[in-house]
Amino acid sequence: MRVLAAMSGGVDSAVAAARAVDAGHDVTGVHLALSRSPESDRTGARGCCTLEDARDARRAADVLGIPFYVWDLAERFETEVIEEFVQSYEAGRTPNPCVRCNERIKFAAVLDRALALGFDAVVTGHHARLDPDGTLRRSVDPDKDQSYVLGTLRPEQLGAARFPLGDSTKAQVRQEAAARGLAVADKPDSHDICFISGGDTGGWLRERIGSRPGPIVDSRTGQTLGEHDGTFAFTVGQRRGLRLGHPAPDGRPRYVLDISPVTSTVTVGPAEDLDIRRLVADRAVWPHEGVVSCQAQVRAHGGVVPAEAEARGDELVVTLVSPVRGTAAGQAVVLYDGDRVLGGGHIRATAG
Amino acid sequence: MTYLDHAATTPMRPEALAAYAAVLADTGNASSLHASGRRARRIVEESREALAGVLGARPSDVVFTGGGTEGDNLALKGLYWARRRVEPARRRVLVSAVEHRAVLDTVQWLGAEQGAEVELLDVDAAGMVHPDTLAAAIERDPAAVALVSVMWANSEVGTVEPVAELAAVAHRHGVPFHTDAVQAFGQIPVTVGEDGPDAITVSAHKIGGPVGVGALVVRRGLVLEPLTHGGGQERDIRSGTLNTAGVAAFAAAAATACAQAPRESVRLAALRDDLVRRVQEKVPGAVLNGAPLGGAPGGPQRLPGNAHLTFPGCEGDSLLMLLDARGIECSTGSACSAGVARPSHVLLAMGAGEEHARGSLRFSLGHSSRAADVDALVEAIGPVVERASRAGALAGMTGT
Ligand SMILES: Cc1ncc(COP(=O)(O)O)c(C=O)c1O
Repeated sequence: MRVLAAMSGGVDSAVAAARAVDAGHDVTGVHLALSRSPESDRTGARGCCTLEDARDARRAADVLGIPFYVWDLAERFETEVIEEFVQSYEAGRTPNPCVRCNERIKFAAVLDRALALGFDAVVTGHHARLDPDGTLRRSVDPDKDQSYVLGTLRPEQLGAARFPLGDSTKAQVRQEAAARGLAVADKPDSHDICFISGGDTGGWLRERIGSRPGPIVDSRTGQTLGEHDGTFAFTVGQRRGLRLGHPAPDGRPRYVLDISPVTSTVTVGPAEDLDIRRLVADRAVWPHEGVVSCQAQVRAHGGVVPAEAEARGDELVVTLVSPVRGTAAGQAVVLYDGDRVLGGGHIRATAG
Repeated sequence: MTYLDHAATTPMRPEALAAYAAVLADTGNASSLHASGRRARRIVEESREALAGVLGARPSDVVFTGGGTEGDNLALKGLYWARRRVEPARRRVLVSAVEHRAVLDTVQWLGAEQGAEVELLDVDAAGMVHPDTLAAAIERDPAAVALVSVMWANSEVGTVEPVAELAAVAHRHGVPFHTDAVQAFGQIPVTVGEDGPDAITVSAHKIGGPVGVGALVVRRGLVLEPLTHGGGQERDIRSGTLNTAGVAAFAAAAATACAQAPRESVRLAALRDDLVRRVQEKVPGAVLNGAPLGGAPGGPQRLPGNAHLTFPGCEGDSLLMLLDARGIECSTGSACSAGVARPSHVLLAMGAGEEHARGSLRFSLGHSSRAADVDALVEAIGPVVERASRAGALAGMTGT
């Protein structure tokens, strides 16, 4: 099989490519250039699109003895991921750009191009398992599992994907990289949003969007407690950084409950008001009939809660048997049966 | 393997390899006073004389460098600094818009950091700088011009520039003229001439010598500030222990390349014409960029080994990858630092649209090229273009 290995310059994708080579495939490595003006070195927080990452990817490909190219997807990434990220925040949502990148870049633009060029599949270093029947499952490493950011992919997208790392823990992947002589074996993981170097999302958004001041209002009393200079700096469920002058009457901490970009209002209140019992997701992938009992995950690295899900047209209505706290519109909801991914969608609305 | 990328680097010629290996086995610093040093010195000076011979220069005009990039830097910075020292008003630096990055990046640096006023000279649709264009540019403010640099032959589309005329225009205004002859040397006659360029950059690895050796031919009387300071080995313009083996191999390669060039250029041009004709038979939409084949006298000429084609609706990246997978090696033109191909500045300067520029490939032939290389490309190109145009359609390329 002719496979294209997407190589970020990190240890996971390097080992994934190596395993594809070992499996006897004809492997070509590709590094996706996603940044228009890549920084030459990695700064404190870790991204995946510096020139150094491109060099690391190339070096790994050379060690594996496979051809390697850089594909310039900066323009696509800018419009499909970065601009959508900004618009989403402007609309008071909290987007997950990794989900979006998988949906629109890795398993769309890259996959389509690969197939057009005669490749049969795209290999990535995601920590998730993909059964021969197309079922997506969690990685054996619960700490590194990435099935959540893949959970909204359509079956035809997953059909041409290969995730060779799902049966291994991160520690095993690192060990294997070292044994294979890959210099990226102990390269630190990337955590932050790759296009926001330094990790200061609020500051980055302020630069893009500008200052849009407004009030911070108490949900119970309607009283204005303070001012902010842009709703984009807030996420539903957030507690820190509110900088409210006076304590709440009951002395308990307040959380962001709601963000209204139209009036530039941030509403805060007690923790219990964050409880969500119902949510509606759109652009759903849900190949099931009727009410399905399952477990729901509403943020990356979050836990699961028991839930019931049912399709209503293109939308997915999810009832949570026990509430989750601080779920933001814009995030993905991914539904599991044990370690099997049943489907998912994008949270449009939530209710207590 | 089918190697069609001789403009990037060409295999070492047997004569050069033999000279290289023989000298590498010897100890000797050409600056030393003892017998080993004298032996090395003799090899360096004989090589200098041989090189000067084929370039029509005097041996003392030849300054050995670490390659073409260094030669360009030394010529441009060295000249600019030297001129500025005596005539601070001379800040204008005129170079063609189609130069190699070794020239473009250097003058851009002079502009950003050293007060130069850089002006890019327009080219015509074939990539040629007209002497009138240069004359008009100089005449806008002749007293402020520090130097002019126009390459002898273009590294992407192979267009040969009218260097003698351009140099004459510069000289009419008393302005020194540099040319990057890295691509031209060894393929077409490159000589200093009566009223020709004042400085010429050449590089060994493009003519069958080793990488990392080159020369800047500097006409007597032209003052250059050095880039590197140290032992002053090369006329105090260039410091560093001389690369005796590299210089010997360079001279051997130059002697062979220049001796064979009259015959070889005819052979390569025939092979190249065959390549273009048969590729266009397989892909009727393919467009030849640059000067036409068999350029009419007086019209733009191209290097004999160069074929530069645009495949409408395809991305050069995709074509290169698909050909590479079939063992055929060529180039998309200017690779940038992260390996991301940008539309070639050369094609854009020639007036091509961005899509046309992105869909181009350079095939360059050299001394080891044979008819079988062309056959292999002709056999592969049809299916490759078909696949690449499918990917191009996804990327929104219209193919018109
Ligand atoms: C026109 C031109 N100038 C300069 C250079 C750089 O020469 P070198 O590789 O010897 O530094 C090249 C080669 O890429 C070239 O084609």
